[in-house]
Amino acid sequence: MINDMLSYLGDAANWTGTAGIPARLGEHLWYSFLAVLAASIIAVPLGVFIGHTGVGKVILVSASNVLRALPSLGIMTLLVLLMGVGLLPPVIALVLIAVPPILAGVYAGVANVEPAVVDAARAIGMKDSRIILQVELPLALPLILGGLRGAILQVIATATIAAYVNLGGLGRYIFDGLALYDYGQVLVGAVLVTALALVLDGLLALLARVLSPDRRLVSR
Amino acid sequence: MITFESVSKSYPGGTRAVDELNLEIATGSFTVLVGPSGCGKTTSMRMINRMVTPSSGRVLIDGQDVSGIRAVTLRLGIGYVLQNAGLFPHRTVLDNVGTVQRLLGLNKAQARAKAYEALERVGLDASLALRYPAQLSGGQQQRVGVARALAADPPILLMDEPFSAVDPIVRLELQQEVQRLQAEIKKTIVMVTHDIDEALTLGDKIAVLAPGGVLQQYADPLSILTRPATNFVSSLVSKDRGFRALSFESLTGLSTTELPAPDTAGRIHLPTLGNGFSAEINHDAATVCWSDGVTVRSAPQPIIRPGDSLRTGLDAVLASPSSAALLADHDGNIGSYFTLADLQPLLSKATRVSS
Repeated sequence: MINDMLSYLGDAANWTGTAGIPARLGEHLWYSFLAVLAASIIAVPLGVFIGHTGVGKVILVSASNVLRALPSLGIMTLLVLLMGVGLLPPVIALVLIAVPPILAGVYAGVANVEPAVVDAARAIGMKDSRIILQVELPLALPLILGGLRGAILQVIATATIAAYVNLGGLGRYIFDGLALYDYGQVLVGAVLVTALALVLDGLLALLARVLSPDRRLVSR
Repeated sequence: MITFESVSKSYPGGTRAVDELNLEIATGSFTVLVGPSGCGKTTSMRMINRMVTPSSGRVLIDGQDVSGIRAVTLRLGIGYVLQNAGLFPHRTVLDNVGTVQRLLGLNKAQARAKAYEALERVGLDASLALRYPAQLSGGQQQRVGVARALAADPPILLMDEPFSAVDPIVRLELQQEVQRLQAEIKKTIVMVTHDIDEALTLGDKIAVLAPGGVLQQYADPLSILTRPATNFVSSLVSKDRGFRALSFESLTGLSTTELPAPDTAGRIHLPTLGNGFSAEINHDAATVCWSDGVTVRSAPQPIIRPGDSLRTGLDAVLASPSSAALLADHDGNIGSYFTLADLQPLLSKATRVSS
């Protein structure tokens, strides 16, 4: 099986064309990017609002748990039945799994900014929008990036399901391989998704480090 | 002038933080609100910059009700120093200090130039300007907090327990720094503290508040010490009360003895003091070292000036190995000394005044 995988990967024909590995990788990244982008547009403002005002904390926790419990494949299948085949059903399913970690990161980051710092900002004459942009978000950055990192990893791993409804991505190898009893090909998909997740995780860890150097950490 | 007009603050559930407070704080004065926790001192102070809204009553600045001024505009014109400095951990010292100027619309370069000036004013070296708050000591952070509050030159400065989080030595240093600054810039300062000593040292006027936010007495430090208006005030000032009151008595009328001429080595021999003490004066440092003839040479002792208080004079005599303290005249010439016996008449007079 491993030999099958290696010979698949070694065949130059599998690295070109619209069904080649680079093309599949591109599709996979594209779906994931769309999902994380849409999830961020929803979750960042919401997390800032809840973290800054403290309004809706309870709703946040229960809604996050509900979203986490949703089966992505089931949601996507349902959406395909309702909306027809297309890019939207898998992307929506991915957005639903990306929102909770981003929301949790932004909320926790903003809510955990030292109250004395926020109080000082307000007392010296900052209005709320400035407090959010100039104080809370910069200080929340490490936790926000942590949430984003978790979301990206989950989306990359789950984006394989797009292939289930006849779209591309690295899931293609898995579903095609399963249909053809070609387990070498299944393994190709699994290994590529894993490798992609690991590489992205490493890059994000690096980014988080660059953006929050030690000197900025409060050590009192 | 800051005026509190029958101001009260209650919280849902019935807790009363401030109860019918009436207070007039003169422009250019240093007013200290003092009392135990839960006496509403911080709550009252934070009404001045609208960080707290009164449940009833009005707070006026120069006759204008603060509730009619936009909160952000009001706060930009009032400096605020917090207990733990409240600095922005993600900004350098320089950008922390320049924050208010940036909010007032100055560009980055202008704000930084002003920030350097403010750092100098509070005695911070410019080499610290590019550090982050976490890299500073507690005392330095507090100085940065004061610099940030002063940078935009606001007429009013509010200080919320500004020195309670630093060690006693740094606290003393910061208190002296604030006194020096106030002599220089003459702001209207309102400070909150639970430390009655700090209040007596720094304030021109002291407002003593009891739990539940009831004003007990609003007066100058000497009156608080010598004529406490309520039992609450007298219990607050009871410790060292007699000794502290001497801070407000002058050395006027002190009888002294003239110093003999120094010998060739610059020592002044005073055989009458017993043990044959001799004094060695350091004119630059304005200190004196005592030797008892042969062996011991004391640590430098301060030389008393005519403007010093009776407390300072008494302390110098008590701390001096020879039981005598040297006195300089108004021109700085050190020509006489005094002993406990010389202070006795002044002490007796002070006791009569305060009782």
